[in-house]
Amino acid sequence: MSDTSKPVQSESSEPVKGTKTEKAATATEAARAEGVVEGQETVAPADDPTAAPVTVVDPRLLIREEGFKGYLTEFKRKVKGGELGQIPVVLGLIVIWTIFQLQNDRFLSADNLSNISYFMSATGMLAIGLVFVLLLGEIDLSVGSVSGLASALFAVFVTEHGMNPWLSLVLTIVTGIGIGALHGWFFAKIGVPAFVVTLAGFLGWNGLMLWLLGSSGTINLPSDSGPIHLLGQSSFFMDQAIIGAYVLAGLAVVLSAVGNFGEQRRRRAAGVPFRATSEILLRVGLLALAAFVSAAVLNNASGVSNALVIFLAALVIVDFVLRRTTYGRKVFAVGGGIEAARRAGINVPLVRITVFAISGGFAAVGGMFFAGQTAGASLSAGGGNTLMLAIAAAVIGGTSLFGGRGTVWSALLGMLVIQSIQTGLDLLNMNTSIQYMITGGVLLGAVVIDSVSRKSQKAAGRG
Amino acid sequence: MVHVSATPVLALRGVSKRFGAVQALTDVELEVHAGEVVALVGDNGAGKSTLVKTIAGVHPIDEGVIEWEGKPVSITRPHDAQGLGVATVYQDLALCDNLDVVGNLYLGRELLHRGVIDEVTMEKNARELLSTLSIRIPSVRIPIASLSGGQRQVVAIARALIGDPKVVILDEPTAALGVEQTAQVLDLVERLRERDLGVILISHNMADVKAVADTVAVLRLGKNNGSFPVKDTSHEDIIAAITGATDNAVTRRAGRRTAEAAK
Repeated sequence: MSDTSKPVQSESSEPVKGTKTEKAATATEAARAEGVVEGQETVAPADDPTAAPVTVVDPRLLIREEGFKGYLTEFKRKVKGGELGQIPVVLGLIVIWTIFQLQNDRFLSADNLSNISYFMSATGMLAIGLVFVLLLGEIDLSVGSVSGLASALFAVFVTEHGMNPWLSLVLTIVTGIGIGALHGWFFAKIGVPAFVVTLAGFLGWNGLMLWLLGSSGTINLPSDSGPIHLLGQSSFFMDQAIIGAYVLAGLAVVLSAVGNFGEQRRRRAAGVPFRATSEILLRVGLLALAAFVSAAVLNNASGVSNALVIFLAALVIVDFVLRRTTYGRKVFAVGGGIEAARRAGINVPLVRITVFAISGGFAAVGGMFFAGQTAGASLSAGGGNTLMLAIAAAVIGGTSLFGGRGTVWSALLGMLVIQSIQTGLDLLNMNTSIQYMITGGVLLGAVVIDSVSRKSQKAAGRG
Repeated sequence: MVHVSATPVLALRGVSKRFGAVQALTDVELEVHAGEVVALVGDNGAGKSTLVKTIAGVHPIDEGVIEWEGKPVSITRPHDAQGLGVATVYQDLALCDNLDVVGNLYLGRELLHRGVIDEVTMEKNARELLSTLSIRIPSVRIPIASLSGGQRQVVAIARALIGDPKVVILDEPTAALGVEQTAQVLDLVERLRERDLGVILISHNMADVKAVADTVAVLRLGKNNGSFPVKDTSHEDIIAAITGATDNAVTRRAGRRTAEAAK
């Protein structure tokens, strides 16, 4: 793709080509600007091992420049190519916060932000499980019902059978995993579309919950100890000690810095491209800013709720599992190409079943969070728009509905958006009808962004 | 002709495979020695792909024996074949578009460092492997989706070599490639032979077959139709075996005549 050939083509053909030419021109400009080739090793040509080395790199390719400038140009190119990542959601969040703050100046108060951080963790747990399912390119419609069933089961275990709350918690989560595995089994082994299996689950498990609660309607749970207390609104990390929030923020920053610099050292030692120190400092710096500002704000209210701490810990663990373990790699592989995964020796049905089991497990955990919020199990638990909000959170956060692309952090970002909208509309005393319409609009917007960015990725050869 | 070992690393004895009413393979024999390139040729529907899939464990055989280094083995799953040391590069490549080159090369056998995927070593090894094979890839960290057809082909072949296989099966590796890329893939095949691997090469392109293969095994309608050393066989003989030109009314009549004369 030389820079002379394209303009010639466009002159001789119809003007529609004009845009293409511009793109080609910018691409070549970018190539010229980036110019410098990273430290690629060289090899001898095939026929003569002693001949002069030639570069492995295709000369037409845009190669990333070393250092911070390279990071910036790479970033710009990615955005142009449709790899938007988390940019739309961060921008969206800023817009949403600005609008609500203008409407009601209590929106960005410490108390309200603390509320957002507490209430988002329950649906956030469902969203984590959904990220796994979405990475496979499938959908799990049953998470809301399973979460409701989980809270009902827990309540029945504790109040009617007098079981130890922690044992009940474990049993409940195991049940959730089992339910998910059952969905996965129907999907992976029988071949029923996941949509239908989990739609059946959506109805069936909701029915089971109603049947369990049938006689009493609502079961109240003692909230002075055990998991319900831990997940309740009055339970805080390190008992509201001011230092607690900063310990968490510091921990996050230190872990990130250690991880990043450790990887840089190992990569440098192995002679493969590594992140520039300035880039790492920027990343860690941004994280530190976000973490310590959040910590200060939450401390201004009443501290970091334990529910949020558990949610964040789950995010870190799941992110590690997805990016750094063979299991996570298998999930991405199955989402990216089933045939390729199968031929690579990956047990595709097993991955599918475990992914749905994980989704069921997180749904049950989310159900426990709901139980902690209300200190009880009610007929409406996990009903209404819980499912929709969880799916919306994962998608708004940037996890693709088409499978294979996404990160679990989308559960956090998406939940921030969703919960901000909900809390903001509550503050403005908007009724549920408006909330539904606005949330629906945001979900549609997120899916549109996903579809459009997928298209432009295809155009940029990165579909 | 290169030196080949006495015991074939892989041998098929009387292999048959049936799909419903179709007898895809009947009593097929095939031998592959270490350091030998066997070209498997035949018309469309001759059973080449089916044969390859039986070796790769995609379709278990119905009858017959597969011998590995002289011992009968049972291959019922792709995993079995991989465990023995059979690596297969299919015509449709089957790479994960969303994973990068390193991720695809090591898919299913990631290197671990204290239980965690060792991206650094994997990237280093991937670069070295691609370099020794003279494979030109823009970067080992871009998704497969952004590579051209030829680049995907060489990545798929390189991927087959990660697990140190003993037999590599290439299904139409040059079908979709340009002149230079074809030459590169053929170079690659010769480098596999130099590494003492057995190679089964499926191809419709007689020029490629003549260029790199040691032996040509011909399949016709799911049966063996001759196996020729490439050096001593003419292009026309191979074509004749593929199309069945040797089996017609004239040759049958000639055969009867010679039989009668013998009496």
